[in-house]
Amino acid sequence: MAKNSFDLVVVGGGPGGYVAAIRAAQLGMNVALVEREHLGGICLNWGCIPTKALLRSAEVMHLMKNAADFGLSADNISFDAAAIVKRSRGVAGKLSKGVGHLLKKNKVQVFDGEARLAGKGKLQVAKDGKDTDELSAKHIILATGARARDLPDLKADGKIVWSYKEAMVPEAMPKSILVIGSGAIGIEFASFYREMGAEVTVVEVVDRILPAEDAEIAQFAHKAFEKQGMTLMTGAKVKGVKTSKSGAKVEVEDSKGKASTIDVERVILAVGITGNVEDIGLEGTKVKVDRGHVVVNEWLETGEPGVYAIGDLVGPPWLAHKASHEGVICVEKIAGLDHVEPLIATNIPGCTYCRPQIASIGLTEEKAKAAGYELKVGRFPFIGNGKAIALGDDQGLVKTIFDAKTGELLGAHMVGAEVTELIQGYAVGKTLETTEVELMHTVFPHPTLSEMMHEAVLAAYGRAIHI
Amino acid sequence: MPIKITMPQLSPTMEAGTLARWLVKEGDDVSSGDILAEIETDKATMEVESIDEGKVGKILVAEGTDDVPVNEVIAILLEDGEDAGDLGDVTADTPAPKPEAKAEDAPEEEAESEPEPAKSEAPAPKASSDEGDGSRVKASPLARSMAKQAGLDLGALDGSGPHGRIIKRDVEAALESGGGKKAAPAVAEEKTPAASTPAPAGDREFEEIKVSNMRRVIAERLQEAKQTIPHFYLTVDCEIDKLLAMRKDLNGRSDAYKISVNDFVTRALALALRKVPDANAEWAGKSIRKYRAADVAVAVAIEGGLITPVVRDADQKGLAAISNEMKELAQRARDGKLAPEEYQGGTFSISNLGMYGIKQFDAVINPPQAGILAIGTGEQRPVVRDGALDIATVMSVTLSCDHRVVDGAIGADLLTAFKGFIEDPLTMLL
Repeated sequence: MAKNSFDLVVVGGGPGGYVAAIRAAQLGMNVALVEREHLGGICLNWGCIPTKALLRSAEVMHLMKNAADFGLSADNISFDAAAIVKRSRGVAGKLSKGVGHLLKKNKVQVFDGEARLAGKGKLQVAKDGKDTDELSAKHIILATGARARDLPDLKADGKIVWSYKEAMVPEAMPKSILVIGSGAIGIEFASFYREMGAEVTVVEVVDRILPAEDAEIAQFAHKAFEKQGMTLMTGAKVKGVKTSKSGAKVEVEDSKGKASTIDVERVILAVGITGNVEDIGLEGTKVKVDRGHVVVNEWLETGEPGVYAIGDLVGPPWLAHKASHEGVICVEKIAGLDHVEPLIATNIPGCTYCRPQIASIGLTEEKAKAAGYELKVGRFPFIGNGKAIALGDDQGLVKTIFDAKTGELLGAHMVGAEVTELIQGYAVGKTLETTEVELMHTVFPHPTLSEMMHEAVLAAYGRAIHI
Repeated sequence: MPIKITMPQLSPTMEAGTLARWLVKEGDDVSSGDILAEIETDKATMEVESIDEGKVGKILVAEGTDDVPVNEVIAILLEDGEDAGDLGDVTADTPAPKPEAKAEDAPEEEAESEPEPAKSEAPAPKASSDEGDGSRVKASPLARSMAKQAGLDLGALDGSGPHGRIIKRDVEAALESGGGKKAAPAVAEEKTPAASTPAPAGDREFEEIKVSNMRRVIAERLQEAKQTIPHFYLTVDCEIDKLLAMRKDLNGRSDAYKISVNDFVTRALALALRKVPDANAEWAGKSIRKYRAADVAVAVAIEGGLITPVVRDADQKGLAAISNEMKELAQRARDGKLAPEEYQGGTFSISNLGMYGIKQFDAVINPPQAGILAIGTGEQRPVVRDGALDIATVMSVTLSCDHRVVDGAIGADLLTAFKGFIEDPLTMLL
């Protein structure tokens, strides 16, 4: 086989791209991957992983501040912002190297540079504006991901107005910060900076925070954040931002139309993301782009034969695990494997790592109602769970939503300690198409937080024991 | 060891049948190939042949018993040297039925026990017939729950999940296509709202006629068709003088065939379907299935109901072949001897009431097909030709279409093509 000729070339080394490349190599394909910056992509270098490292520092700090509750004492608690950031970068660096090893082990050839489509089955790789390699491939998977969206009249300047990237590597902890957008990214930063002692204001244009989550769960989180001293402005609009050397004056119009000006040191822009569809050679191909995202079918095929797209590039939910899963589906379909299953959106769990944590899967109560289901809804509070009380973290809620007719678990929503580690239980259940019956028959270990998942199922049918 | 004779599965979808008649009695010697009994299924009567040699030791299911589940032991054959005392062996190794609660808990699960033969002369119908087919139905809990809700028999579905597991989408697809097979009548009857059972007209006497399997299937399918298929109707008049002349000419040439108008209609419809393939389709919920073959089902009235034997690939068969095949199918239909594959799976239907003098009528679509052509009588009618009155033999035909698949224009195209072939029958040779 000619050099630079492959069965599959993956463009982008994030959680979608590198997983697709490894899966393809496992299936015996000759695979190349082109990455312009860091293996592991945003997730590993500037997203999921480094933020979890930061939030862990915040969590330890929270525990230290509350040491007395556990019979311990700690005085003069302070932090070193540089050391916290250094740890976070170290975690990301370690994992990025790990991805490199995995690709090497699977004999995936990695090209350093930016790739663009260059005619049927061809890709041109360039580095620093200079063409370096020409690749040919039977199949091409685009996994170029997405980037933070700016507002029409507000762009992140990287100094006073931060995107997620600057927010992840503060030189010093700002004393006050205003977060625009209360989705997962915005709320995680809000939670981190509040924990580190900053005055935090969150401005959300929708009438509640965490608009994608179940209203009851979002409401629970709203109260918890306010108790922590966060200011949450919902149904509010940022009308203008005036930056100076030391901070910004943010003009906000609240839900009643009343304008006010908020002085903050930093602003974080977290209003969603948009696909990296530019400069990858889509012009002149049959690949369709709709509102910043590449259009694909259930098998991740674009309009152009032999060209596929996965992950953030193809649209929400913008989640690493969704991208990875799409990568596997796409590759297995290319390989002609039996029993490849398209991704079912309502079976993808979502996690937000603020304090309290939020995790969910499937339909919210509103959406389930709107879809015409007759519902059985179960709720179980953390306060009724032994492990939660022992942890000293007894504020939270587990909520389940069933179709009254068939017993289908339509959705599950949780807020509280470690719920991001729990949601997978319901994900397995949903994928196996279990009903309330099997969930009730499942033995949950005691004492664990997971017992609440059982109780929330029982509660939906009026059978909860511990409440 | 005595041999168990079980209710055979005569078609892939059969779950239960009526034991119509025993042709042997206890004590008879039988050899391989002997006919033991007649079984009536949905639409056909079939014979059960003995595979083994022996003596009929015991008949366990009486003649005329309905809804005998597939694989249920219906008789026991004693081998050489065995006598009635050996029957105990068979009864001993089949555990007694479990309490009723089992049926309620897991009606779709494998039947771990067959009813105790000695007591099963009139077996009670089971809650769900796939319980008795001896093979475990692999299905997700949700699929089971949905099927139970809908009164759908999981045993009749194909699983598209891992290892052939029936999952939610399979049940959804079956429900959407109106296909699948309703669960055993016990369940179906439960679902019938009380209001639909007409009250007897005061104290007038009436004769209660037991509904045959065929009647039940006709009732279910036609009700399903009218309730789920958005029908619309297109009528056109066809002049058939040329066709009648051609028929007379052809029939005068040989005694090897006697072509009927209906045979022309069958071939013309098949050719029209070839010409307008969009109409030769089926609504399958999330997709439309377009058929390559034009298999024409022709409704045949038989005692107690009707049946639709299928002329396969009718577009590729000559008139004589169609004619002879149809005659043979119709005869066996009247005798109740059609095999399931001979009356299932047509792609389009014809219903002809011309011989009864019916001028025009609207037929009910035979699901999952997308259409049926209703043929009226051919009669002399006044027609206007170039401003002058003339007489022609005219046959009105009405096409019933499933609007989910066939839009008005497509239906009209099909009828135009059909009319073209009928009015100028020589073009059927092209």
